[in-house]
Amino acid sequence: MSQMEEGSASLPAIRMVGIEKSFGAIMANRRASLEVMPGEIHALVGENGAGKSTLMRILGGLMKPDAGRVEVNGRDVTGWSTNEAIAAGIGIVHQHFMLVPTLTVAENLVLGCEPKTRGVVLDYNRAAEDVQKLSSDTGLVVAPERLIADLSVGEAQRVEILKVLFRGARILVLDEPTAVLSPPEVRELWTVLRRLRDNGDTIVLITHRLDEVVELSDTITVMRAGQTVARIKTSETTPAEIAKLMVGREVSLSAGKRVQPIGRASDVRPDQGLEVRNLGITGSHGVRVVDGVSFKVNPGEILGIAGVEGNGQTELIEALAGLRSVSSGDILIDGVDITRRPVAVRHDAGLSHIPEDRHRRGLILEYTVADNLILGLQKYFAKRGVIDDDRVMDNAIEEITAFDIRPGNPLLPARALSGGNQQKVVVAREMGRGFSVLLASQPTRGVDVGAIEFIHQQLLDARAKGKAILLVSAELNEVLALSDRIAVMYRGKFAVVMPAAEASEEVLGEYMIGTKKGNAA
Amino acid sequence: MTGSPLTAEIKPTVSGAPWRERAEEALFPPFVALLVALICGDLLILSYGQSPAAVYRLLLEGTWGNAYGFGQVLYKATTLAFTGLAVSFGLRAGLFNIGSESQLAAGGFAAALTGLALPVGTPLVLALPVCMIAAGLAGGVVGSVPAYLKTKFGAHEVIVTIMLNFIVLALLNWFIAGHLHVPETLHTPEIHAGALLRLADMFPRFHGSAANLSLVVAVLAAGVVWFYLFRARDGYDLRAVGLQPDAAEYGGISVGRVWLRALTLSGVIAGIGGINYVLGYKHYYEDGFAGGAGFMGIAVALVGRNHPIGVLIAAFFFATLSQGGLAIHAFVPKQMMDVLQGVVILAVAVSVPEVRRILRGARRRSDA
Repeated sequence: MSQMEEGSASLPAIRMVGIEKSFGAIMANRRASLEVMPGEIHALVGENGAGKSTLMRILGGLMKPDAGRVEVNGRDVTGWSTNEAIAAGIGIVHQHFMLVPTLTVAENLVLGCEPKTRGVVLDYNRAAEDVQKLSSDTGLVVAPERLIADLSVGEAQRVEILKVLFRGARILVLDEPTAVLSPPEVRELWTVLRRLRDNGDTIVLITHRLDEVVELSDTITVMRAGQTVARIKTSETTPAEIAKLMVGREVSLSAGKRVQPIGRASDVRPDQGLEVRNLGITGSHGVRVVDGVSFKVNPGEILGIAGVEGNGQTELIEALAGLRSVSSGDILIDGVDITRRPVAVRHDAGLSHIPEDRHRRGLILEYTVADNLILGLQKYFAKRGVIDDDRVMDNAIEEITAFDIRPGNPLLPARALSGGNQQKVVVAREMGRGFSVLLASQPTRGVDVGAIEFIHQQLLDARAKGKAILLVSAELNEVLALSDRIAVMYRGKFAVVMPAAEASEEVLGEYMIGTKKGNAA
Repeated sequence: MTGSPLTAEIKPTVSGAPWRERAEEALFPPFVALLVALICGDLLILSYGQSPAAVYRLLLEGTWGNAYGFGQVLYKATTLAFTGLAVSFGLRAGLFNIGSESQLAAGGFAAALTGLALPVGTPLVLALPVCMIAAGLAGGVVGSVPAYLKTKFGAHEVIVTIMLNFIVLALLNWFIAGHLHVPETLHTPEIHAGALLRLADMFPRFHGSAANLSLVVAVLAAGVVWFYLFRARDGYDLRAVGLQPDAAEYGGISVGRVWLRALTLSGVIAGIGGINYVLGYKHYYEDGFAGGAGFMGIAVALVGRNHPIGVLIAAFFFATLSQGGLAIHAFVPKQMMDVLQGVVILAVAVSVPEVRRILRGARRRSDA
């Protein structure tokens, strides 16, 4: 034992060699490797479906590798169980929160290992104390007695990290931790992670945001198509090089060359595009989640909405799409009032919608890719009430080819596709229908670099064709790169609307957190 | 599209559809459940001091082994097929219709009234559709009540259908006991028209058994349900609502309208099932004829994995158990079959995810 302690400074905290794992015909990992030294922040990057998550599931004991060797602190732990992994100090913070919303922070943290008085009753005070102590030690500030349901996304994530630390994790795996955070929240998280590292904890960060990788990590492992293609020191590389390693070719990191705004054609009527007048939405508890928002998106224009999540963007888009009722105001598409019309009528009026949550809204996961590609278009693929399978299949093959959806089998259930390819199915369908107004909500969330570039190009192409596009994204870069005008949403209102040329991350950031109030109606 | 990851190297292929895997996953779990049930049956029979082999032989002889027994199995399977189809139809839309018992009864009642109202000698080609429409309408009306209450007020269909069972069955009992019965009985007079041929009329070997042409109607109904669910646009919408209501709503499908349609049609299917007893077997409506077949339909739908073909097979299986209980009554209590039915249902519920997991694991290993 003492020998091991002595040697541990040079022993990697995690060492995975020659990992192979396949699901049916799909090789998720082939000869993948990962080596993480103790006390470092290690970024694991790669496109969607590159095998990062599989590798981490094997590390966390959720899966057993078909071949290869896993070592933690020098001990061979290949094929261990989740319980063994937790006992050995591995903590995985998942992308999707796994918290009980009706319980308090403290109750969530002690779940499964509750301190009890006389072995029966939950010793709530002790739980709260323990949590408070851990919270102040790590800098992850959350009040233990608050309900999870009342927390913001950033706070909920802090609780998730506290939860694994509470269980004694010294090796932390964070899966896309910033996907739902605002820039200030991201900065807070960075501070916490650096602090944990300086305390000697080991951190593996799964991400596809290259700026984060460069800013935070010490070392980087790049995966592509199930294989580990590079292990590099962050100080010795550039974002462009990492991107090239991930995709296997040169990629343009900005959303590409800006297409010049199309000249307003003379035959465009002034009422074309999307017009929203004084829209109000009342949420649960009678709160005005959207409060008197007015704007217009012209044909050939992208209006980007920035903002910290939970400031009414989701509700606004749902109301425009017909999935949420409004309490006041009007919505017009090409001059047609659709405020209280059902979804199908809005489709006919020229509305297309890439929803923010493809798993809940955008796809029917058990349906085949082919069937998903006609969701919302069923009536065009049916003759006398019967669906024409041949045309559904022709359509699927066409879209799969055009959008490079992989694997290219239209009969696979959508569930079997990677996140990026699922999103391509949604984008292919919504771009394929005839439309004049597009609502694009988080169009590239959880999508890899290559696909992001492709989806951005699709949006720009649609804009060039004179479509009116409303873009909502948590990615400031995306909003900045694609929009003609940018609105910032704060507490249900537009804090500001400005031309993209005048906007920058700093300027928008101030409006997003409410320190600056602007001009917008 | 320059600079996009669009590459022509990967051609979409329709081949490689996992048909075989899907068939395996559909068929293996019930098979495993059956094995488990058989083993439990062995233990039960042994606990009565009987030989399992002898009892199972008796069971087979009493059901599939002779024309009469087989006819009875087919008769019972027919009603179960209708109620199983009805329940599974609702489940495909994500709705639990517990009301098929009363819908079945209402359908039978309406079929009997129509058969009584039609003049004597109405040709079957006319009388049968009319009686079936009446039966379907009655079941549909009963089914549309929970559907309406759900879409309009959000009332849970399970509660409403259960409550409605009591109300409808009591109403029917009141009609029969108070108004329409033949004295000294609890049934209507014999119908004038619409009586269906029994199998025994065509094949004398089936003599005495209740199996009749409703069987053909049941198989046709399964075909229609299949076509509706998997080929029609309405079926696309219905299954979408059942799988992911939020995504269906996003796709412009009116969830409320689908619910209304699904529960009503579920009632229609159960209602038509009433013809088996009324038109095919007794030629009158008798109070309480449903006798739990509606509730058994839930089990049939479950074991049949909500697929019309699966439902037909499951109906046949449960009918065999039910008829088999009578055949082995001399050796072990026929309630043993009720126990076995319970075991099968439990085993299916448990084995589906479990067997699927094992199958996938095995496939992974064989592919590797």
